[in-house]
Amino acid sequence: MGDGIVNGAAAGFSPFLLGWIVLLPLIGFLVNGAVAIAARRYKPVPLAAASEEEDVAHRHEEHPATPEPIPATPPAWTKSLPTFVAPGVIALAFAIALVNFFRMLGAGDALPVIERYWSWMPVGDLQVDVAFQLDQLSMLMTLIITGVGALIHVFSVGYMKKDEGYARYFAYLNLFVFFMLILVLGSSFPLMFVGWEGVGLCSYLLIGFWFREKANADAGKKAFIVNRIGDFGFLIAMFLIFAHLGTLNFVEVFAAAPEQLAFGGAVVTAICLFLFLGATGKSAQIPLFVWLPDAMAGPTPVSALIHAATMVTAGVYLIVRSSVLFAMAPSASLVVGLIGALTAIFAATIALKQWDIKKVLAYSTVSQLGFMFAAVGIGAYVAGVFHLMTHAFFKALLFLGAGAVIHAMHSALHATHSPRDAQDMRNMGGMRRWMPWTFGTMGVATLAIAGIPPFSGFFSKDEILGYAWSGARGELPISQGSLFGVGGEVWMLLIGVLLAAAALLTAFYMGRMMLYTFFGPNRTGEAESPHLHEVGASMKWPLVVLGVLSLIGGLFQVEADVPIVNWFAAVAIGGPDALYNFLAPVTAPAAAVMAQNIPAATVATHPAWPVLLAIVIGAGGLLLAWYLLKPAALGVEGEEPDYRRAWERILHDKWYVDEAYDRGVVRPVVALSGFFARVLDRRLIDGTVDWMGRAAQSVGMVGARVQSGHVNTYAFVLVVGAVLALFWFSGGFAWLAAS
Amino acid sequence: MDFYGSHWVLTFLIFFPLAGAVVAALVPERLARSVALGVGVIELLVALPLFWTFDPAAGMQNRIDVPWMADWGIGYRLGLDGISLFMVLLTAFLLPLTVLGSWSYIRDRQRAFYAMLLGLTTGVVGVFVALDMFLFYVFWEIMLIPMYFLVGVWGGKERIYAAVKFFLYTAFGSLLMLVAILYLYFKAQGLTGEATFAYEAFLALPLTFTEQALLFAGFALAFAIKVPIFPFHTWLPHAHVQAPTAGSVVLAGVLLKMGTYGFLRFALPLFPAAALNETTVLIFMSLAVIGIVYTAMVAAVQPNAKRLVAYTSVAHLGFAILGIFAFNLQGIQGALLLMIAHGLSTPMLFFLLGMMYERRHTYEIADYGGLAASVPILSAMLVFAALATIGLPGTSGFVSEFLVLLGAFQTHPYLALIAATGVIFAAYYMLPPLQRIVFNALDRKENRVIPDLNRRELTILVPLVALIIWIGVYPRPVLDRMEPAVSQLIHQVEGGRMVVAPPTDHAAERPPVAAADEERR
Amino acid sequence: MLTYYLGLSAILFSIGVAGVIVRRNAIIMFMCIELMLNAVNLSFIALSPYAGIEGQVFVFFVIAVAAAEAAVGLAIIIALFRHVESVDVRNFSLLRW
Repeated sequence: MGDGIVNGAAAGFSPFLLGWIVLLPLIGFLVNGAVAIAARRYKPVPLAAASEEEDVAHRHEEHPATPEPIPATPPAWTKSLPTFVAPGVIALAFAIALVNFFRMLGAGDALPVIERYWSWMPVGDLQVDVAFQLDQLSMLMTLIITGVGALIHVFSVGYMKKDEGYARYFAYLNLFVFFMLILVLGSSFPLMFVGWEGVGLCSYLLIGFWFREKANADAGKKAFIVNRIGDFGFLIAMFLIFAHLGTLNFVEVFAAAPEQLAFGGAVVTAICLFLFLGATGKSAQIPLFVWLPDAMAGPTPVSALIHAATMVTAGVYLIVRSSVLFAMAPSASLVVGLIGALTAIFAATIALKQWDIKKVLAYSTVSQLGFMFAAVGIGAYVAGVFHLMTHAFFKALLFLGAGAVIHAMHSALHATHSPRDAQDMRNMGGMRRWMPWTFGTMGVATLAIAGIPPFSGFFSKDEILGYAWSGARGELPISQGSLFGVGGEVWMLLIGVLLAAAALLTAFYMGRMMLYTFFGPNRTGEAESPHLHEVGASMKWPLVVLGVLSLIGGLFQVEADVPIVNWFAAVAIGGPDALYNFLAPVTAPAAAVMAQNIPAATVATHPAWPVLLAIVIGAGGLLLAWYLLKPAALGVEGEEPDYRRAWERILHDKWYVDEAYDRGVVRPVVALSGFFARVLDRRLIDGTVDWMGRAAQSVGMVGARVQSGHVNTYAFVLVVGAVLALFWFSGGFAWLAAS
Repeated sequence: MDFYGSHWVLTFLIFFPLAGAVVAALVPERLARSVALGVGVIELLVALPLFWTFDPAAGMQNRIDVPWMADWGIGYRLGLDGISLFMVLLTAFLLPLTVLGSWSYIRDRQRAFYAMLLGLTTGVVGVFVALDMFLFYVFWEIMLIPMYFLVGVWGGKERIYAAVKFFLYTAFGSLLMLVAILYLYFKAQGLTGEATFAYEAFLALPLTFTEQALLFAGFALAFAIKVPIFPFHTWLPHAHVQAPTAGSVVLAGVLLKMGTYGFLRFALPLFPAAALNETTVLIFMSLAVIGIVYTAMVAAVQPNAKRLVAYTSVAHLGFAILGIFAFNLQGIQGALLLMIAHGLSTPMLFFLLGMMYERRHTYEIADYGGLAASVPILSAMLVFAALATIGLPGTSGFVSEFLVLLGAFQTHPYLALIAATGVIFAAYYMLPPLQRIVFNALDRKENRVIPDLNRRELTILVPLVALIIWIGVYPRPVLDRMEPAVSQLIHQVEGGRMVVAPPTDHAAERPPVAAADEERR
Repeated sequence: MLTYYLGLSAILFSIGVAGVIVRRNAIIMFMCIELMLNAVNLSFIALSPYAGIEGQVFVFFVIAVAAAEAAVGLAIIIALFRHVESVDVRNFSLLRW
């Protein structure tokens, strides 16, 4: 193995039960999966209809339709066991991760620790191990995944309580955490890819969790296929890396890349762009963002965990993990930043006109992911990770809060069997009366995402905007790069403007969501509203914990040299710039690459006005929503139209991107497939084969005509032949020829 | 007698099923399947220790070379190396499973059926271990007969058409190979004066480039039809759709591998200059890539689940061809691993389709829907098999496809790039039908009352699941056993391609490969 | 003298050949075949004083084979007759192709 790998003792840090962090969720999956299989036998089987239609069931003696009488309800343990096992394993994993975190802090070492388990793909030069790499970045991600994951598991206990697929749900959720941990802890690109596709699988299964609705199953399928397009990019990037560097292990790749690849060269740019293609799939960026809004078909805690806090941020993790490569490819980095900024503004506009509360949050997630990509694209890796972290807190909270609201709405509508949509904000209104805890915590999250100090989102978003402004003034290394012949500063200015606009829209649509949901009169209905209620303890306390984290999360990274922000330096957790210092060993190689190749990038200076502007934008967006929107005047679903003006219609219909993909990609591919299958394959290729067979047959038929089957004819031919033969032997032909 | 150190283990593996076939044909009808199961289990138990007794460093082992028809130099020559080992193991592994899979599926003429199934195994194992070209050809052709009857007697509605097409198409390809083998035989006799069909004797023959090219074409056509490589694939969907479950399983599981095995064992080492000629490589890799993308698209719109899986087989074997002609360690090992992976995941799909057929008597995707609600275990298995087929990481399919593409990318990056879109197309052909079978509303009464998998069916599927995950997570034991054989093959072929006999009769003609090689330098 | 014997034999043989070619009744065709066999037998015997005793031995063989042939042939014709109620060979062309 390479030089960068240091075993625990030498580095002064030995990982504590690292394997168990990953193994525990797998155990949870196996246990819950077994329970799910055991529980399915108690599921009420709709056999009543079948008894009168015996003929439709093809039964053999070996396939008795009812092997034994099936009790209608499963025993209690099929619910109580997952209740304890599923959150339990994640919480335990979180505890182990915390131990490792504090050990790591104490050790203060800069090197990644690699724990090898077995050799996975040893083929010639290719040596890929199943090994985990624990460094500051993977540590942070592990804490987020297990920490937020544990909270969401607890929340799910209440949310999914009455679902018949309770154990199955937790099995999938545990499996997801398992794969997500492999993704962030894997020490090589292929192993990361295992997690990468594994989380995609769990996402697929969980989006389509309520598979009886075709739309849900469709959404899961769409997510999987779109993600596979991204995975294709990831694969090609891996092949390129291996072809040029001869290895796929992180430590070796990042050590070899600066020496063996040309800075800004075609190879490293191609690698980065293909990696980014992978990231756009997983992290729902333009052009592959279309699956994420549909993914809201899954249970809401799933949206919180997978489609907000963890899986969708994997692309950001990938880029930060490969920061050395991206630092070597300024053009590719600018592409990343630009796509991120465009996605941020684009998704924010769509979020303005959605009525489904989860759709608003989904587009908000796409938009916030755009912020992260913009950050890592302009080289602000720590800022990207920081926003990833705060976003994990406040967006998970928002989704869980939305889940709580939907839960209440659902039970209220269910009580009267109302067919109305439990997720449509037009059916809500004034919910703060019934759900004060939910309202309060979601309010915190809204202030955080809007970027109001001192909430967490303020610090992370401001840092990204600040970097964009610095870059626009040419102070970042990436500013020296260029794209399409245009200098990096110009692009960064564009990125900064787009992000600022997106931030304004963010505050506005979040204000809109809060107003329509929690303020104004209630529109749920006379009969239904008494059934609205605050959620139970298992759902409330995760909200509270996430609320606290959304409040203080920003204090992990208080920039000491930025005005206004540094007022909070005194209360910063772990001191000013704590996250920056913590992650410095991970981002240092990238910084070194840039310092080495880009002559004298000026040191960033921080004026106060961008910070002020950010605050004004955040507060302004919320105030604008407060004054422009009138929840009191809003009609219920059906009365209130989806849109009033043409531009509202375009936003409501999501810029018709899905339709464009359908016409431009899906239908042509399906049509081409049909043509291939029906014409080319059946007619042309198989037809040619059959034609050759028939041709041989017809040649044979010519000979077959002679065989009339009549003995007399045969005998006649025989006699004629015999006479001719006699004639021949007696020299008759020679005699004829002679005369 | 050292059973595992000598040829006896191979001899046993070849002829024991044949003996079993005779017994199965003679016992009373109701006992036939039990006999077949017993034979299958013994075959597997005998084959299994080979995994440990096999010595990767020893090269070709368990050899025997005794005269059979001595006057013509035909011998009983067998041997096992890292390339054939896993094909033999796979064959032995699938045999008892196919018997179990036919347990209730086959109701009439059981004696004949199980006799055919066992006889087929004899031919397949023989192909994988024969080191005499004549013996190889005998096994190669003999295996057609039981397969013909399996499709033609116990098949679906158009079984005769499918069986005849299968037989004629593959036999047609083989005949040219026979001509090529005979040419090699007479060439060897002319040069050394000694009549022999020994594989190693043919390896040493000096051949001109033209000879190599023509003979390679003869071999390659036979193997290309068997694999099948686009555009020689159209017999496969017919055969699969009509074949009974056991037939499909054996066909997809091992018969197709005879083609890829043939390329590795015969076509490449015997004619290295022609096979690794840049044009040849380009042709085969392009056909492989076309096969991957094209058949994936064709598969996606098939209304019949079995036909769909048949087309996916063509796409998968396209990956194997891609890896073989990439001709580096990653490519060939990936291809070999892919042959194993495909030999596990596709049979699993066929088993599951067979189980669904037993319940609902249809292969039409549209007749299903919402099975996850009525038969969750069957559905879970189907989802797993489908995901294994599309190469999800953690299953054997991923490791093999990854290695193949990695290997191909090093020699032909652009072709590998197109081939890699296969991962997208795989999701495109597999997920929509999976959704229409397993998910969506359970809106047909017929689908509500079907029973879930029973113990026998689980016995078939669980070992497959275990192996798929094992090879996906820890393929090293397999890779380690292959690697010496593969590197030896690469070494030998790379060495051989430079040695082209000068054209004797056409003195003016210049061997194109040498010219091409000079240009490249 | 020999010329007469051989001439009779040739006439008988020609009648047989003509019968097989021309007639459609299976039984008559069958009898014509017998006729040809006996024509050959006649020439064997006529030639035996000159060519050797083997000719007469051959006649016994021919008679034996003809007897066996008559048994099998008539059995086939009867079986066919049972099947199609006819001994017309135009009905028996199932074996072509």
